Amino acid sequence: MTVESSALYDVPGPKALARHRLYGGIALLAIAALLGWIVYMLFHTQQFTESKWMAFEYKGVQELLLRGLGNTLKAFGWTVLFALPFGALFAAGRLSDHRPVRMLSTLVVEFFRAMPLLVMIFFIFVALKVAPLWALVAGLVLYNGSVLAEVFRAGVLAVPKGQKEAAFALGMRKTQVMAYVLVPQANRAMLPAIISQLVVALKDTSLGFLITYEEFLHAGKLIATNLDYDLPFIPVVMVIAPIYIGMCLLLSWFARWVERQSRRRPSMRGGAPVASAEVAMGLPPAAQQ
Amino acid sequence: MKTLTDNWSTYWEGFLGTLSLFLVSAVLALVLGVLIASFRVSPVRPLRVFGTAWVTLLRNTPLTLLFFIVVLGLPRFDITLPFFTFAVLALGCYTSAFVCEAMRAGVNTVPVGQGEAARSLGMSFGQTMGLVVLPQAYRSVVAPIGSVMIALAKNTAIAGSFSVTELLGTYRTINELGYSIVWTFVWIAVGYLIITLAVSLVFNLLERRVAVAR
Repeated sequence: MTVESSALYDVPGPKALARHRLYGGIALLAIAALLGWIVYMLFHTQQFTESKWMAFEYKGVQELLLRGLGNTLKAFGWTVLFALPFGALFAAGRLSDHRPVRMLSTLVVEFFRAMPLLVMIFFIFVALKVAPLWALVAGLVLYNGSVLAEVFRAGVLAVPKGQKEAAFALGMRKTQVMAYVLVPQANRAMLPAIISQLVVALKDTSLGFLITYEEFLHAGKLIATNLDYDLPFIPVVMVIAPIYIGMCLLLSWFARWVERQSRRRPSMRGGAPVASAEVAMGLPPAAQQ
Repeated sequence: MKTLTDNWSTYWEGFLGTLSLFLVSAVLALVLGVLIASFRVSPVRPLRVFGTAWVTLLRNTPLTLLFFIVVLGLPRFDITLPFFTFAVLALGCYTSAFVCEAMRAGVNTVPVGQGEAARSLGMSFGQTMGLVVLPQAYRSVVAPIGSVMIALAKNTAIAGSFSVTELLGTYRTINELGYSIVWTFVWIAVGYLIITLAVSLVFNLLERRVAVAR
């Protein structure tokens, strides 16, 4: 038994262990029943007939799916490319010595974090009449860039104060202090949080589906609503969902791995505290303070 | 301003749609989240595994994909519900994973000694939980739950594209009537801001009430 040590339960004795085993058995049965019901429904509604799966044998369909996946990754790539500089720029703006710059950056960052991402994407798509890909990328960059700006800012602020004071005492200028002392240390500390935010960006590329961007989900919908293939909706989900979730999981695990690596490394000691690699839903934990 | 006053009833309907969607999904997410969190910290292994799988899967699923599966997939299982219920299911399940993690993190911040002390005073499990552990966990949970709820309010926008009446969806109706599209979106944005700001206000008040110097 590897229960995390928490204040909730005592170390179980023989009676408690027997009881836990009983509960475990009941829970196993319930979970098995749930899974069994799903499998039964799959067979009952005839999801494994040949006519529903043959679509995936066609080269055209395979290419359609691959092109969709490529488009998803393309949108993600552009987002990463633009969101990181955007975040760095506005983080620098919020840390600036000049009050107007600071206020303007705060306004931009807070506004784009508060707006629902989809509203921004629809606004850019419908009102500004931008092509779907660029509407999606622009929305993702504005939102994720703003969140990243907060991550960067929190990271720089988390570097122990002595580092900055020592750098100034050595006669460095403020740009040098930032570039040679604060950012390199903050960078290692906040890498997990950055990658976690990229998972959010990857998940949100699927919003392109709603503005008819021809991404992965869109390709799936095209196949699923095709009468020639007997409306293979469930098969399409069974193909698409594992790929989507797999990509996000890989990136999440990568974030956690980076976190563990930087925690373990002794050279990190005394540096900025490592941000945790939580998959953020709205705001990363570090940005809330 | 004319865009707002002329289409007040459309906006109001959409606003109410978003609000009710948010409130119902929030209740579902909180209930499910607490349940899954109690699974994840329980000493029963199958429940722990189930909780972990639930959280890992849902946190790494794009919400649009989840909507796609729930709204278009469940009818294939001969489960036909109103679109509103489907949307609540998708939003509630998705958010429950984040609520669960916030709750679990909160419970884990309570020092082990607190529970041990309560038990050695002869408190039963219910007393330990209700009088000692949960009141302390509650304080550190309020802020994270608040930001999860704000994210949920923003995510309700997706439901509009799946045939649910809500605020973002109103742009189509108003757009067809030939109103300025920029202003249409400005008022939609204001509607969302009202909801998110109200949520953050409520949670800020709660946070201040339970704040304690550590």
